[in-house]
Amino acid sequence: MAVVVRMPALSPTMTEGTLAKWLVKEGEAVSPGTVIAEVETDKAIMELETDEEGVLAKVLVPEGTAGIKVGEPIAVIAEEGEDFDLDALLAESGGAVAAATGGSEEAAAPAEDTTGADATPASPAVHVGTAAAPVETNAEAYALNGAPDPARNLSITPPAEGDPALPEGTEFVEQTVREALRDAMAEEMRRDERVFLMGEEVAEYQGAYKVSQGLLEEFGPKRVVDTPITEYGFAGLGIGAAFAGLRPIVEFMTFNFAMQAIDAIINSAAKQRYMSGGEVSVPIVFRGPNGAAARVAGQHSQDYAAWYAHVPGLKVVMPYSAADAKGLLKAAIRDPDPVIFLENEILYGHSFPVPQVEDYVLPIGRARIARAGDDITIVSYGMGMHYALQAADALAGEGISAEVIDLRSLRPLDMPAVIASLQKTNRLITVEEAWPVCSIGAEICRRVMAEAFDWLDAPVLTVNAKDVVLPYATNLEKMALPTVEEVVSAAKAVLYRD
Amino acid sequence: MASKPSTASKGGKRKAAGKAKANHPPAFTQEEEQRALRDMLLIRRFEEKAGQLYGMGHIGGFLHLYIGQEAVATGIFMARRPQDDVITSYRCHAQELLAGAEPKAVMAELTGRLPGVSKGKGGSMHMFHVAGHFWGGHGIVGAQVPIGTGLAFAAQYNGEDRACFTFFGEGAANQGQVYESFNMAALWKLPVIYVIENNRYAMGTEISRATAKAEELFMRGAAFGIPGEQVDGMDVRAVKDAAERALQHALSGKGPYILEMQTYRYRGHSMSDPAKYRSREEVQKMRQEHDPIEQVKRRLLEAGWATEEDIKAVDQEVRKVVAEAADFATGAEQPPEEELWRDVYAPVQA
Ligand SMILES: Cc1ncc(C[n+]2csc(CCOP(=O)(O)OP(=O)(O)O)c2C)c(N)n1
Repeated sequence: MAVVVRMPALSPTMTEGTLAKWLVKEGEAVSPGTVIAEVETDKAIMELETDEEGVLAKVLVPEGTAGIKVGEPIAVIAEEGEDFDLDALLAESGGAVAAATGGSEEAAAPAEDTTGADATPASPAVHVGTAAAPVETNAEAYALNGAPDPARNLSITPPAEGDPALPEGTEFVEQTVREALRDAMAEEMRRDERVFLMGEEVAEYQGAYKVSQGLLEEFGPKRVVDTPITEYGFAGLGIGAAFAGLRPIVEFMTFNFAMQAIDAIINSAAKQRYMSGGEVSVPIVFRGPNGAAARVAGQHSQDYAAWYAHVPGLKVVMPYSAADAKGLLKAAIRDPDPVIFLENEILYGHSFPVPQVEDYVLPIGRARIARAGDDITIVSYGMGMHYALQAADALAGEGISAEVIDLRSLRPLDMPAVIASLQKTNRLITVEEAWPVCSIGAEICRRVMAEAFDWLDAPVLTVNAKDVVLPYATNLEKMALPTVEEVVSAAKAVLYRD
Repeated sequence: MASKPSTASKGGKRKAAGKAKANHPPAFTQEEEQRALRDMLLIRRFEEKAGQLYGMGHIGGFLHLYIGQEAVATGIFMARRPQDDVITSYRCHAQELLAGAEPKAVMAELTGRLPGVSKGKGGSMHMFHVAGHFWGGHGIVGAQVPIGTGLAFAAQYNGEDRACFTFFGEGAANQGQVYESFNMAALWKLPVIYVIENNRYAMGTEISRATAKAEELFMRGAAFGIPGEQVDGMDVRAVKDAAERALQHALSGKGPYILEMQTYRYRGHSMSDPAKYRSREEVQKMRQEHDPIEQVKRRLLEAGWATEEDIKAVDQEVRKVVAEAADFATGAEQPPEEELWRDVYAPVQA
């Protein structure tokens, strides 16, 4: 009996693909296991196998067709010599499949339209204002850097220097976060022989999420090193190499697997300088995707921002935009201390304007105003920005002007920027994809209580993932993660509106 | 893929070597061949269907299929007794089915529905069947190895007649906790059988690119005095035979045993796999020359124990089971909102 072959979802986040190549021609025989086509997604070129027996009766999309949605018909497999009515066949099989893909598209939807204020600005002139505007605060707020301050003795203060001013007329180019990260590494590797990249599948496979694409080709196997699946071992090895003066970038396939190595990261890297009275530096970057991806359940979906931000001796960066990813990764590689650089699988494929300047390096520890406003401050970071920016749009529709602050770095934490905004709006909520208990939001509440209590007109509310293990089921997963509606309602609650 | 006995600590005081293995494993009875055929066909058809459901959007996230490796789990389960424990990685659907979970409930877990074996909350990588002594279903490479060692520790502690088959991949065989487990298991003579499923690729990494002495994984316990064997993991008879020997060793108080199963996965690592790390010819060759199911079919036909029609009938029956599982799994209800909050801790006792 003839069956319609549809564009399959070949990965957790795939929504469409390109039919790169037909490997079987019309009329040729196929059997279970025959690779019939090559499909290209934003991540990789993959082989499409059939489980059917018969002949490839009809090809419905020619080779090279791009943007084929998951679930769209691409071919028909039938028995040798079988007659079939294509329209009837499509109509008959279409309903069920459309419903099924509808479900999966819905699940993937939050990942798809991350179009915040700075994601799709109207013109380059606007970019200059939004992509890199340092937060306007009084300079004194930052002047404490390095000096002991009883009110802040549990934290480190952000650097005094904000983002570098961009030259007049700087051009911006749309780049994905993935490309920006790759460029940052490539530039630093060109600049400094001591920098090398190490991790699982980073070289020959080009990175499990394609972030290290092209690096092996350019820098060779000495500087782009595939490791065995031995996180504890290679994290420690990287730390040793950093002791000796090299500048390792250690990629974790995801930060879930860095838990295997957390002893090395904290006991051997974070504490080293202090324990040696300043003798030993550990200039190392641990980077990789962090937090929930899509439907990968409990052990593959954790957000570690607060875990690492807890530890003196580490710096913790978690960018949202591609420009920040680039500028901050370059800074992390040059930093004399261990930096935890938290990326996000869903954001890898998102595009943002990136300034085309010779050497774009951003200060670690400074927040950025992603959207200016007067009525309420929304503080967020990483994937949380996705919800925060959409909520700000929704609030604007109701006449509420929200200021959105992207922290970018969690340690140092830019409290001067948060407080400056609070002094303007007097109301504050936080948004993050991590668990609520002992979260970054909770830390901001602590700091605001101590440092800006009098500026508050309402209690601070935090929006987080639910306090549960991330479930696999589509509906439960959606409930477990924060939503734009939750952000909007938290904002209204602190504004005493409904 | 010939079997090789370990030569670990030859001439030493305590022999760590496994028994020399015959090149031809003992023949199966007709019943054994039939059981192997049905079990392996069920796994294969189930996994093929799961792959299709993924393509249609009914299954999301990661989906690691067992196609090609059926003889390993099947042979082990033929040797294991119902009380023996089993634990494995995320590539766990076969073990879940063999441990006695209902195909419908397994498929419903893959589609994230309430009647799934983990109520839809675990998905493909996290399946358990405690009634059948199957302990999952673990997503962190290597993490199940000390857990399996702990199951064996409990068996010894309780004085129970029970051993634990602890499965892991050849990629996982490089994790440090594997060797910490080996040491404790050997030190305390724990009844644990380490089953290394050497399918030659850890994602896109061919074994020799990540593993020292890649051709001798069965020797990895030699320094601890743990005997090991290399087994043709595409031949279900060889798997069962070696597993019986290992089980006997573990239960006799002599401690752990290592079985290196030389096997092969036909499909990608998970669903998104560029398949650029090996040639299509290599995969085709394995399918054509070593397929575990074809081997059983051939033997059944040659012995006159089954006709082509008999074999087709088994396939039809299995396809029906799988089709029903798929229908059930795509139609079943999603977990209700209360389930989001349930199971983080034990329920509060009234
Ligand atoms: C600690 C850890 N590191 C990395 C990963 C990502 N990962 C999942 S499976 C896999 C390959 C494992 O290969 P192998 O152990 O040979 O088992 P196979 O998948 O071949 O069954 C990797 C690197 C993980 N899940 N856990």
